[in-house]
Amino acid sequence: MRKINSKQIEYAVYRLALKAGVNLTEPCLKSLENSLKRETSASAKFALETVLENAETAKEQNMPVCQDTGVAVVLMEIGQEVFIEGKLLSDAVNDGVVRAYKEGYFRKSTCDPLTRENPGDNSPAFLHTEIVSGDKIQITFLPKGFGSENMSKLYMLTPADGVEGIIDAIVKTVELAGSRPCPPVFVGVGIGGTFDVAALNAKKALTRNPGVFSPREDVKYIEKTALEKINALGIGAQGFGGKITALGVSCLLAPTHISGLPVAVNIQCHAVRCEKGEI
Amino acid sequence: MKTLVSPFDKKDLAELTAGQTVFISGVLYTARDEAHKRVCEYVRSNKPLPFDLKGATIYYAGPCPAKEGKACGSCGPTTSARMNKYAPALFDLGLTAAIGKGEMSEEVIKAIKRNNACYFAAIGGAGALYGDRIKKCDLVAFPDLLSEGVYRLEVENFPAVVAIDSNGNSIYKNF
Repeated sequence: MRKINSKQIEYAVYRLALKAGVNLTEPCLKSLENSLKRETSASAKFALETVLENAETAKEQNMPVCQDTGVAVVLMEIGQEVFIEGKLLSDAVNDGVVRAYKEGYFRKSTCDPLTRENPGDNSPAFLHTEIVSGDKIQITFLPKGFGSENMSKLYMLTPADGVEGIIDAIVKTVELAGSRPCPPVFVGVGIGGTFDVAALNAKKALTRNPGVFSPREDVKYIEKTALEKINALGIGAQGFGGKITALGVSCLLAPTHISGLPVAVNIQCHAVRCEKGEI
Repeated sequence: MKTLVSPFDKKDLAELTAGQTVFISGVLYTARDEAHKRVCEYVRSNKPLPFDLKGATIYYAGPCPAKEGKACGSCGPTTSARMNKYAPALFDLGLTAAIGKGEMSEEVIKAIKRNNACYFAAIGGAGALYGDRIKKCDLVAFPDLLSEGVYRLEVENFPAVVAIDSNGNSIYKNF
């Protein structure tokens, strides 16, 4: 048994949130630079150049890279030999998020879904925990903006739809989103499981680096084919028209029922922000 | 690259064509979903608006808080399509231009055309760059909406693309 005080978790979440709000991930930056090299449309190039200049400004001035600093999505893998002492885990995570959003001058974007009342501190965080083996805690912080979240979809396909049905669902989602989610997008896909598991896996798929394909050949086929078809849509950066509409497609699978084939497509804008830490 | 200063002269807007890149300086008012909803409620109930829409440019944006020494925090554009419901009425009330990101509806395009207005696309996700180019930021309405309130901004050299020109041509149809 390893004791971890909730203060350590709170501090780790605070540090990861502060970093995530300001910095694009290195693989995202590389992917955007590559996109600029491959793009031929003048307006799309202008958009990509502006985005890359923005990443520099954010870093230099320690400003949020995008004003939509998102809802705080926290994925936590907790070793089952860990004993957490102190605060309730969710309180520790929330307190870390609230502090980071205040001290980082991040926008507070959470609100009541009906009254639209904003508590002004970006609470609560959306915490997903998973118990794993070992005595460590892995934390992934994903600030999720809603320009792209709004364009996400879930399909309950049938087994007959198969691989081609999955690819069509992914491409259709990006096509319908058009210019709205800040393309070039990064596409997280949850395949299989249940309605809820597919959606969570689509979100988790976004924690992988854009441009990295699955080691499983049949999954890689879906990712590569969907990416090629998306880039053939011609939407381009910001919807200005162009070759690069997506930076990558990342699928995460779960076993499912003999009657079904859930497919969740979670869209991430080009500002891929994701920080990971371990306690 | 051409620099335009807001409030815009409609004659200058008439010369722009969809796809053209420009810099925008001058005075902009921020308004997002909730502010639009309230402005339209004010209009419906004949209440005076907290800022003059005539000749104004609205920036679909909600800034991050400003750090000490800065006028404004990060402040890139938000998705304009969410304002489709409100935008035609505002153009008919005298709004000259809007700045946001992404496509807008056919109804908005028609309203832009009949009012000789213009819609510019700023680059979504470039919040730090835009925030850094805001030289003054004052809250003018709806403080309870926090970042969704209406702010009067004075800006310098906002990079943008003419997305829907005064003839109703849209960059989003061309791919």
